Amino acid sequence: MSELREVISTGNELSAIAAVDAGCTFFGGYPLTPSSEIMHVCSDLLPKVGGASIQMEDEIAGICCVIGASMSGVRALTATSGPGVSLKAENLGLAQMAEVPMVLVNVMRGGPSTGLPTRVSQGDIKQASNPSHGDYRSITLCAGNLAECYTEVVRAFNLADRFMQPVIVLTDETLGHMHGKAMLPTQEDVAAGIVLRKKFEGAPEDYRPYECGPTEPAVLNPMFEGYRYHFTGLHHDAMGFPTEEIETCRKLIQRLEDKVMAHQDEIELNEEFMMDDLNGEEGEVLIIAYGSVSLAAKEAIRHLRADGIKAGLFRPITIWPSPAKRIKEVTSVTKNVLCVELNIRQYTEEIERASGRLDLEGLYKVNGRAISPYEIVEKVKEVF
Amino acid sequence: MAFNYDKYLRLEKMPTLWCWGCGDGVILKSFIRAVDKLGISQDDMCVVSGIGCSGRFSSYVDFNTVHTTHGRTVAYATGIKLANPDKYVVCVAGDGDALAIGGNHTIHACRRNIDITFIIINNFIYGLTNSQTSPTTPQGMWTVTQKVGNIDPTFDACELAIASGASFVARETVNAPKKMEKLIIQALEHKGFSFVELNSNCHINLGRKNKMASAMANLDWIDSITVSKKKYDAMTPEEQLNLLPTGILKQDKEVREYCDMYEDIKKVHQGQRAKITQDDFVKKI
Repeated sequence: MSELREVISTGNELSAIAAVDAGCTFFGGYPLTPSSEIMHVCSDLLPKVGGASIQMEDEIAGICCVIGASMSGVRALTATSGPGVSLKAENLGLAQMAEVPMVLVNVMRGGPSTGLPTRVSQGDIKQASNPSHGDYRSITLCAGNLAECYTEVVRAFNLADRFMQPVIVLTDETLGHMHGKAMLPTQEDVAAGIVLRKKFEGAPEDYRPYECGPTEPAVLNPMFEGYRYHFTGLHHDAMGFPTEEIETCRKLIQRLEDKVMAHQDEIELNEEFMMDDLNGEEGEVLIIAYGSVSLAAKEAIRHLRADGIKAGLFRPITIWPSPAKRIKEVTSVTKNVLCVELNIRQYTEEIERASGRLDLEGLYKVNGRAISPYEIVEKVKEVF
Repeated sequence: MAFNYDKYLRLEKMPTLWCWGCGDGVILKSFIRAVDKLGISQDDMCVVSGIGCSGRFSSYVDFNTVHTTHGRTVAYATGIKLANPDKYVVCVAGDGDALAIGGNHTIHACRRNIDITFIIINNFIYGLTNSQTSPTTPQGMWTVTQKVGNIDPTFDACELAIASGASFVARETVNAPKKMEKLIIQALEHKGFSFVELNSNCHINLGRKNKMASAMANLDWIDSITVSKKKYDAMTPEEQLNLLPTGILKQDKEVREYCDMYEDIKKVHQGQRAKITQDDFVKKI
């Protein structure tokens, strides 16, 4: 980015502004604490740019109208929290199956069930990897600070159109309601970086929306422009029509997996904070954290270093698909690894899988309160 | 000369999965004739369907078509319409789709009065999934989930739509294809939410166990439970008890359509008009 601009705002407001700056013209949703402010802001901003924002009768309708709008060709957003994702799950599956791009912002709160509506949690990490039934590959981004409530929503829209599928952005109650300064890319830079979904330009009779390379997404033209085809949640053929033909079914589901995993380099994004001097020395500590917890982790690392403990943070920003290869690398260097999450080991299990290590230490908190830097410092001193 | 349906059909999808003698094909043909009479371009219309036998409707007709999850047709359609207010959006749903799993979306779409033509194919049963009770299955009939006789009370779909605020509500049966065609034309022409209940037969999964195992017997039963609104209105409540009126049951051309009202929201935000107040509405509550 050539230059940054300073904005004072909340995470939720920044997520809504990001959508509009990314060219989104449709919002559909249902009130759900702590995400509702995203809908509030969209209801002001979208009609201003000629778009529309609608409060639907329930969470399910909220995502359905978003998928419908996106099928017609526009960029569309919904926002909710964990209970809403549970309700939207089936239709997230349709968007995966029919390859309809859209962005869902999940401002995480305590769960399961109604849980802690006004309190922070990272309890939806596993849900985000497979909210709906069946085989597909979720793309889930996790904002770690105010600025990323903006930049990750912008990135999500571009990834959704690139891979033709829903992209989930996880923030949480802490970030959503945090009010402060954020350094953002300019609107011009965001506009210049927009990569819209591909469009078939040939004759309608030559158009095969779902006939594409084994690692490429469908090419879905907007409705009402002469390219008539079919959307369905059923297994489907090159024109989108239901089929049970064995090889077509296999290829379709395999492609939903491979279109993401073959291009993970375009999706993966990590932050490595004060990790430069971690080289396997006795006593050094690697903390792995993501989302708002990483703010506390960074502060803790400054304190630890002041106390003579060499510590660094590995923070996945794209959490699904996980940066498994990089996790393996960084956990191979440093012996003392502490995973910090506002849930019980939801991402730790993925880190264990990727690293092949079962000796990771963890700090987990599920009482609806944020983790403080002090708690992380104490934990490090206790276990290592 | 007989009407040629080929232009509007995806002929490679024929034959349909509908059973021999099913009324859904009669509805499909009536719908196509209605679209043709209005001269609507196939590119300017989106047809959205849900799950069930009716759900396959969208794959047989050559428009922009969407086959959604169970019950969510009109929620998908709302997004398509609001993002494209100048296009025709049609929903086709069954009685289970529209009134059971999708009942909430149905009543709220009626309330919003968004310009969608919502065709409910009511065959009084879950046909595709083999005879489970639907919200319109008559009490006392056999269903696979209540083999000793259905005790579940029914919905009158049209009364529900009227009470929920739909500005066009009509009912017809597959016994009267010409009347269905005319109603669909009027529904498509109506600016607002058009709710069209079309009663169809399922002699296979409703009729077989309810003494109407042939299409003709099932159609005769439909004929026996329906009567024109004009005749119905002249009856006593006792005579009306087990009858459903057909024809246009409600049409309100004055009430404003949702996308049209949303244009006012855009104008306010773009500085082209004052804020919307209660004075802008005749009926506010």
